[in-house]
Amino acid sequence: MARFLAAEAFSSSNDELALLPFHFERTGTEQFLVSNMVGDFIRLTENEINRLIDLKLKPGDGLYEKAYAAHLITGSLQKGQRQLLALRLRSRMSFLREVTPLHMFVVTLRCEHSCPYCQVSRQSTDRSRFDMSEATAQRALDIAFESKSSRIKIEFQGGEPLLNFSLIKTIVSAAHSRSGTLGKKVDFVIATNLALLDDAVLEFCKANDILLSTSLDGPADLHNKNRPRPGGNSYELAVAGIRRAQEALGPDRVGALMTTTEASLGRVDEIIEEYLKLGLDGIFLRPLSPFGFAIKTKQYQRYDAKSWLEFYKRGLRHILDINHHGTPFREFYSALILTRMLTDKPIGYVDLRSPAGIGIGALVYNYDGSVFASDEGRMLAETGDNSFRLGHVDQDDYRSLVLSDRLVDAISASLTQCAPECSTCVFESHCGANPVHHHATQGEALGIKPLSDFCARQKGIMHHLLQLLDESPRDAAILRRWAGA
Amino acid sequence: MTLSLFGTAALCRGLEEQTRSVVRLKTVDTEVSNAEADFTIVRTSDDLKRAIQNDHKSIFAIDDGTGRFLSLEDLQRRTIAVPAQFSYLDAGDVIGIHTQSGKFRTLYRHNSRHNSFLVTERCNNYCLMCSQPPKDIDDRWILNEIRQSLPLLDKHTRTLTFTGGEPLSDWADFISILADCRDQLPKTAVQVLTNGRAFAKSEIVDAWRKVNHPSVIAAIPVYAAVDYVHDYVVQAKGAFDETILGILKLKDRGQRVEVRVVLHAQTARIISDTCRWLARNLPFVDHVALMGLENTGFAIANDAQLWIDPIDYQTDLAEAVDLLVAANVNVSVYNLQRCVLAPSVWPHAVQSISDWKNAFVAECEPCTEKTRCAGFFSSGRPRRSKAISPIL
Repeated sequence: MARFLAAEAFSSSNDELALLPFHFERTGTEQFLVSNMVGDFIRLTENEINRLIDLKLKPGDGLYEKAYAAHLITGSLQKGQRQLLALRLRSRMSFLREVTPLHMFVVTLRCEHSCPYCQVSRQSTDRSRFDMSEATAQRALDIAFESKSSRIKIEFQGGEPLLNFSLIKTIVSAAHSRSGTLGKKVDFVIATNLALLDDAVLEFCKANDILLSTSLDGPADLHNKNRPRPGGNSYELAVAGIRRAQEALGPDRVGALMTTTEASLGRVDEIIEEYLKLGLDGIFLRPLSPFGFAIKTKQYQRYDAKSWLEFYKRGLRHILDINHHGTPFREFYSALILTRMLTDKPIGYVDLRSPAGIGIGALVYNYDGSVFASDEGRMLAETGDNSFRLGHVDQDDYRSLVLSDRLVDAISASLTQCAPECSTCVFESHCGANPVHHHATQGEALGIKPLSDFCARQKGIMHHLLQLLDESPRDAAILRRWAGA
Repeated sequence: MTLSLFGTAALCRGLEEQTRSVVRLKTVDTEVSNAEADFTIVRTSDDLKRAIQNDHKSIFAIDDGTGRFLSLEDLQRRTIAVPAQFSYLDAGDVIGIHTQSGKFRTLYRHNSRHNSFLVTERCNNYCLMCSQPPKDIDDRWILNEIRQSLPLLDKHTRTLTFTGGEPLSDWADFISILADCRDQLPKTAVQVLTNGRAFAKSEIVDAWRKVNHPSVIAAIPVYAAVDYVHDYVVQAKGAFDETILGILKLKDRGQRVEVRVVLHAQTARIISDTCRWLARNLPFVDHVALMGLENTGFAIANDAQLWIDPIDYQTDLAEAVDLLVAANVNVSVYNLQRCVLAPSVWPHAVQSISDWKNAFVAECEPCTEKTRCAGFFSSGRPRRSKAISPIL
């Protein structure tokens, strides 16, 4: 009859054990948050983490099982876990395979709004000075189609791009014909305040499958205060535009973004209700960016990361309760971070990647033909800082732009994988480099992370999401769904 | 009820040239076949008369229970005669017979959804709960028998399972059988129950991929997220590492993989941990099957280590299923009765027990879920949960 051995016969001796790379952070007097190479989290006590580091653990003691399942330890002769980690890391980083999928065309800098937090726009009627020319647009298209992505997205930016609608039409038609010849798929987005939306624009969007992206900051008084225009009716025009676009193009073909100003801080529930009322399926709770007029008009200094986090947490609470009451509704930034935390899907979102998305994630073609590594980069240029200006459509091609020293330096200087503070951060797997932000706030692409409001917000959000996942099963069930795992 | 799938023929004549033969059955009403393997079923003396009149060359006589309805001794034909408990055999079925001893096994039943070929009894695992305890014997003749059987099977057969032992014990021979399946049964989905360790070798996984079978799936057990727990269950040190490596190499080459977890006291209490690990690390497998224990083979000998009442892991199993569903992993629960499963698990509970060993108990009669329930194994020494009761 069979000779079966007891479980102890199958355990590795301690000299066969090896540590795998992991990050950790103290979260309490006795508590540590630990993450493995691909960002799976577990919580350990101080005693446990010390025993782990000394490899003083053995099968059956509970710690061995936790540490092994979380890929913190392995058998020194084993290969399975290392291969698994390699495969998962490869999947997580595979956004790098799609090089420069996003191309932003600033078809005009003119705008009929005069928002104090705006980074770039001009109130002007001088078309020749602030509109992109057709020649510039064609050159920009040449460059966009040189990028290696199998599918590119062209986003029309401004100013208010609908003020130069004729150029949009020219670009879309030219892109379509190039797409046919080169076999590269193209998607289009227009970032517009919708004030100038009319039937002609809607018909064109429908015919060309163009997505609309707009701004909605909250209830009428808040929105109109944030976004002044002659007539003081920005809110009314935006809401009417969203409704019209939903009807003409379909509910999923128009999205809205909000920007948090000091006046928004106490009003997150009302802001969310505006989005809900319009039948939108979620909201992106977005802090102000430290660029352009936002700095000049001192908007950016009006609140700190701490008050923004309070705003975010209150908003998330409200959104989760909306879900508990049966209406599916998401906070999109949390959804992005949760997707990174709970799955190995490649997420190329520009603020959440390292290597950073500047240039290799997106290129911006300004109205005057200058090319920038990111939208924020061209905003810096408007205040005289050309650090992220990579070249000009007339002198450069895709290769010279993306291989420019300026871009390579900024990307390599800011890698979270080796940056001080980032390289050992428990959240590194889920965060991003954001060199333009740190250049704008601290004068260099790398940045001193303990002084970074970006870092403070990222850590605050991730700590909060983890706490909800660990401690609130009802909320966790909703949050897991957002991860689209 | 449990069907007998092997026995001894009372008579086996005219096949002496070979040590073993593979035989396909047909009815007396069909045309006379010249195929070497075809035998005509006779159940009554009438059948026999007609078979003789129509000049059927090979006779497969099934006892009608009296044991003497036929006088087969005088027939100048190839003849096999089997006892009455094999009356379930019918046209299209295939048996393999050892011609000298008359020992035979039912290899394929045309009417069944659960046809499986045992490939070998050898295995490099020695699982605590093995339903087919491995033997270290030279049984390579089985591969030949399978090779002979495949051309005899109905081309419309939906699924075929290869099991063991470890089917990849003689991996090159087995993979050539997979190629035969591809050529002769292109519409048949093939499932191979393997411990997956062989796939840790790139040479083997490359050969598997090269067959390019249109629908083969490797069903591979993973019993825990922790090496020694899995190794203990399969009684082989290093098995976990090889199995995980094997799964990764199969998926890396675009092959289909099912992960199987047999639920018993060593695996059921940690099933939510195991599934959390699967959801996070192997969400790309094609299917996960969480399987109630069949109390037979080694499971009986190791009852003290293995028995756990399924009702005592009901909550853990529900959580495990939920974790896999949340990660978009396709999950099924096999072999467990609906009355021991949380209702949230019901949509994943499958009627998985092979027809020849599937049964219900008296309590099931009034149950409204019976027609959707997996029921019980009738094989081995069935153990029942204390929670078995009709859902009304």
